[in-house]
Amino acid sequence: MSSVNLRTTSSFSLKPESRLDVMIRTFRLSAWLGWQIESNWADPFLFAIYSLIKPLAGAAILVVMYSVITRGDFDSPIFPYIYLGNAFYMYVGQVMTGISWAVIDDREHYKTLRYVYVSPIHYPTYLLGRGVARFLIASISVVVTILFGILFLRLQIDLAAVNWGLLLIALIVGVNMLAMMGLILASVMLLLVHHMWGIGDAVASALYLFSGAIFPLEVLPDFLRPIGYIMPLTYWLELMRRAMVGEVAMAFPTLAGYSNGQLMGILIGMTVAFALLSGVIFRFCERRAKERGLFDIVTNY
Amino acid sequence: MNQSRTSTDLQTVLRQEVEKSAGWRLFIQTVIARAYPRIIGQQREKSWMFFDIFLPIMAVSAYVFVYRAIQAPEDYVGFVIMGGAMTAFWMNVLWSMSSQLYWEKETGNLALYIMAPNSMMAILLGMALGGIVATTLRAGVIVVLGSLLFRVSYAVVSFPQLLAVFILAMVALYGMGMMFASVYLLLSREAWHISNLAQEPVYLLSGFYFPIKNFNFWVALGASVIPLTLGLDAMRQLAFKTGASLGFLSVNMELGILLGLSILFLLAARFLLRYMEKLAIREGRLTESRR
Repeated sequence: MSSVNLRTTSSFSLKPESRLDVMIRTFRLSAWLGWQIESNWADPFLFAIYSLIKPLAGAAILVVMYSVITRGDFDSPIFPYIYLGNAFYMYVGQVMTGISWAVIDDREHYKTLRYVYVSPIHYPTYLLGRGVARFLIASISVVVTILFGILFLRLQIDLAAVNWGLLLIALIVGVNMLAMMGLILASVMLLLVHHMWGIGDAVASALYLFSGAIFPLEVLPDFLRPIGYIMPLTYWLELMRRAMVGEVAMAFPTLAGYSNGQLMGILIGMTVAFALLSGVIFRFCERRAKERGLFDIVTNY
Repeated sequence: MNQSRTSTDLQTVLRQEVEKSAGWRLFIQTVIARAYPRIIGQQREKSWMFFDIFLPIMAVSAYVFVYRAIQAPEDYVGFVIMGGAMTAFWMNVLWSMSSQLYWEKETGNLALYIMAPNSMMAILLGMALGGIVATTLRAGVIVVLGSLLFRVSYAVVSFPQLLAVFILAMVALYGMGMMFASVYLLLSREAWHISNLAQEPVYLLSGFYFPIKNFNFWVALGASVIPLTLGLDAMRQLAFKTGASLGFLSVNMELGILLGLSILFLLAARFLLRYMEKLAIREGRLTESRR
């Protein structure tokens, strides 16, 4: 009887999975793992507070800076520009660095990278799945930050006038773009030993500065402005602002000459380019990491 | 016969060369020993210098451009540069003082620290001194680079007072870091999250990027428990033309409060360290690793 059971179980577990099945299973399980790692160190209430305080404080710094200088002129179009740009930028820090941080976490902290890598999963998909928890946390932070702005800071958003379709599509494309950037960063992390702690923050800070997240690109010196135009984030943030506050966002000259369709086309094109690039870079870094024995290295956490 | 003579010789040599330190001498040697890797480490791994200067400059630049976008007076650019430089100290206190004993626990060094015949207070003091020296260098570079990049003009009222404010702010701040380090002895992975959480809210409350006078008086007073709040406020008053008009309290009063905080935090660190060490030993949390 038990022998029959064993045979049944064996034949069941040995059933070959398609590549797509492996990827779906990997993504689902790594998303669950990521959520557990992010959230289970505290009770849900404490975790909720923790997840909200940091982004709200970050937004509050800008709000205080703005209100000190303008004496609380929240009706000016620059205010929603700064506030929304900062709110949506939370996705960048969380999704992009979240995916890349999985390499450090597994290799240096939990010391499980080698086991994860040799398990029957699709490793790039595993890394992308680890970003899901951060995406969820960021989404809650973004919603709460925007609601806070509407309720307490006279942030001029007419919910009936919001272009929800554009918002949803731009969000989906943008998050995919961030995930691809995160995968590139994670691939590079596989090769880094000493510099890994700062690289994610360095990239996020550079993007924050050059993508016009919290100020129009016209404020940057002329020689720095082109950097902003080659970053997909610039177009993504513009689309997100246009979806939320329409004409207010279009009043700024940076990308005023582009229609929503053109901006979306640029964003999709750049996302595809980053997806292809991430595949190439991942394979290169993976091979180099194997050659140099970096998968199981611990540089003393 | 020969063998016993060799053994006696060896003992004599050991007695001569390995002189046992105790008391203040051991305390000072421990301080120097713990400060050493903090200072020498950054000479050997120069890439840290790049990240520790490059990242704050990026953050500072973003805030400078926000002020430029809303046409703020130029002194605010200087305020941001100074605040950005001081973030280096706050980060150092959070990650290399408060969380340090947690890292040591993770890497297995903490038990060795406790077992060694030296004072934990000396170890913390060594970490603090090494941290201050290393971070002052980084903060100095941020101020110089930021000031050059954004053409900040200073109007220093009194250099001695400026130096006194800086020194007292550092003593109080690192005293606070030593106090937190003892509390972190009991923490595990939540230590990382707590340090992570204590960044933006502190930047906000302590007025890293704007004068705290803009807060309600009681909020600003409450935030003054963090030594950098008054330290920054006093330094801005002393270093910028419009600083005095935007100051929260008078510089002398802020100096007095910083002196009080320095004494309070150092004493509290000493008391808490003893208490927490005993508690951690009793609860068996010195060698645990809850990941």
